[in-house]
Amino acid sequence: MTIEIRNLSRQFGAFTALNNINLKVRPGELLALLGPSGSGKTTLLRVIAGLETADSGQVLFNQEDSTDKHIRDRHVGFVFQHYALFRNMTIFDNVAFGLRVRPGKQRPGNREIHQRVTELLQLVQLDWLADRYPHQLSGGQRQRIALARALAVEPGVLLLDEPFGALDAKVRKELRAWLRKLHDDMHMTSIFVTHDQEEALEVADRIVVMNRGCIEQIGTPDEVYEKPANPFVYEFLGHVNLFHGRVHQGHAWIGDLEVDAPEYPEAEDLNAIAYVRPHDIEVNRTLNGEPALAARIVHILAIGPIVRLELAGQDNQSADNIYAEISKARFRELRLAKGDQVFIKPRRLDLFPGDRHLALS
Amino acid sequence: MSNHKYHSGKHHSGKRHSVLPGFNLALGFTLLYLSLIVLIPLSAAFIHTAQLTWPEFWNTVTAPRVVASYRLTFGASLAAATVNAWFGLLVAWVLVRYPFPGKRLVDALIDLPFALPTSVAGITLTAIYAGNGWLGQYLEPLGIRVAFTPAGVFVALTFIGLPFVVRTVQPVLEDIEKELEEAAAMLGATRWQTFRYIIFPAVLPALTTGFALAFARAIGEYGSVIFIAGNIPMVSEITPLLIITKLEQYDYAGATAIAVVMLVISFILLLIINLLQWQVRRRSTKA
Repeated sequence: MTIEIRNLSRQFGAFTALNNINLKVRPGELLALLGPSGSGKTTLLRVIAGLETADSGQVLFNQEDSTDKHIRDRHVGFVFQHYALFRNMTIFDNVAFGLRVRPGKQRPGNREIHQRVTELLQLVQLDWLADRYPHQLSGGQRQRIALARALAVEPGVLLLDEPFGALDAKVRKELRAWLRKLHDDMHMTSIFVTHDQEEALEVADRIVVMNRGCIEQIGTPDEVYEKPANPFVYEFLGHVNLFHGRVHQGHAWIGDLEVDAPEYPEAEDLNAIAYVRPHDIEVNRTLNGEPALAARIVHILAIGPIVRLELAGQDNQSADNIYAEISKARFRELRLAKGDQVFIKPRRLDLFPGDRHLALS
Repeated sequence: MSNHKYHSGKHHSGKRHSVLPGFNLALGFTLLYLSLIVLIPLSAAFIHTAQLTWPEFWNTVTAPRVVASYRLTFGASLAAATVNAWFGLLVAWVLVRYPFPGKRLVDALIDLPFALPTSVAGITLTAIYAGNGWLGQYLEPLGIRVAFTPAGVFVALTFIGLPFVVRTVQPVLEDIEKELEEAAAMLGATRWQTFRYIIFPAVLPALTTGFALAFARAIGEYGSVIFIAGNIPMVSEITPLLIITKLEQYDYAGATAIAVVMLVISFILLLIINLLQWQVRRRSTKA
């Protein structure tokens, strides 16, 4: 099923939850709505589900305007952050609920319901829990049951609102992989909301990055991570170092460091910010005759194959400490120790003209 | 479980340690308090009754006038508590679910039957439902007589029982997560199915508690009923009134005999309600 969202807006008093959102969800894809809290991602999901109404704009399912369709007629499966399982029912009855409440003619027979529920419980690998009550299950099990329950009505779309938000880190990781696999097996158009960028990058086919009711960028995990459209996306996705500099006629300066900035040939001595990912920072002991930024090692975290260095810049080009990631081999080669002076150079950086607080708003 | 093993292994006295101190003191005080306030007065009723011989006791408690009063007291109480259960649920639902002007005022009004002296309630209800009262003057031509009939007893008992149901159901309704209803709707349930299968089972334990409280209160009610009942022997006499009548005639043993019967019936009924409630609660276990 395709979902199309046209010019959707929603206001809660003075707060703009959704500001003219346009989005096309492709059939069979797993889409992540990613953003900080208050970015409107949950509101968008709830409008798609029909749990919330928009002030203006349209929601189309398979090119058909469904904006005013009742929740019951949308054929949407919804999974809540806190599971919302029915406490007074067994796991079996929870999953069977959607089938049993169907009007007379469409309601399957008891045997069929039993078969279908059993299949679903097997799908989520919890068929041995059929007779238990929700409070006897762990969080991860409950969320899987919630998923089975949502799938029971054979929805055209599956919507998940922070599905792993209430779970601990280990279970969250397991369920993430499991959801991805389930989605690949079923090929159902799915949208999930998350504020966890790692989760979005790992699970989704495409990511919609949202901020303050607007879409900042839409793209594959690779695209949004490697080519962030703006400073907000840069800072929200993964760790990033920020340097202050200037751009002038196709060139940029960060301290003594000069880099090409062919995107800005017309710039006349503009303030600019440069973003550099930690793994794009080259660390050297000496200057090697090329310009670089001086820094002092504040902290070393050398667990695993990647060594993380926390550096204090000495050229005042970065307000915060700089993080660099180098391989263990390189770390040994340089024989770095806490307090050492090093010279750093970005291998790759992205420039955005203006000041940081301007760029982010 | 491992906790239990640890303790029984370590302390042969069987004494358990709890993070909450003062268990012995608190339990001792509770038992003493209950004895002083509840058990001793109640046992006095039994002891006093023992002055009667068995046939005397039997004749007193099965006199036709007394039996008629049992029927009225328990029948009207049951009817009033049942009506209160349904309408109390409705009132609680409206108060929790819908914003409307004057909501806080209505909410405060619910407690009025708690606070009002029962005799005031009785006089007010009588004035309204009497043949020349506000409502009575319209009901009487229709052939509906409320004041000075069993119907009046029912009205008074309904009045005093309402807050019990509303106040027990209200917090439970407030606590039901909106998400449960949303989940039900997403699965295709109608509003009615959502209420029937999701909301109602969740409030049922509280509803039975409210029902039991309203029922218990109605059985013991005296002040508000005697004015409106008219107290016609065999027709609109409630059992507590008969007890008072006997006391006024210095028939203390007879009064306590009836009291004992009431006590036993009330106890059995409350026990049954509690058992039902326990079952309901067991099925809809807390998360």
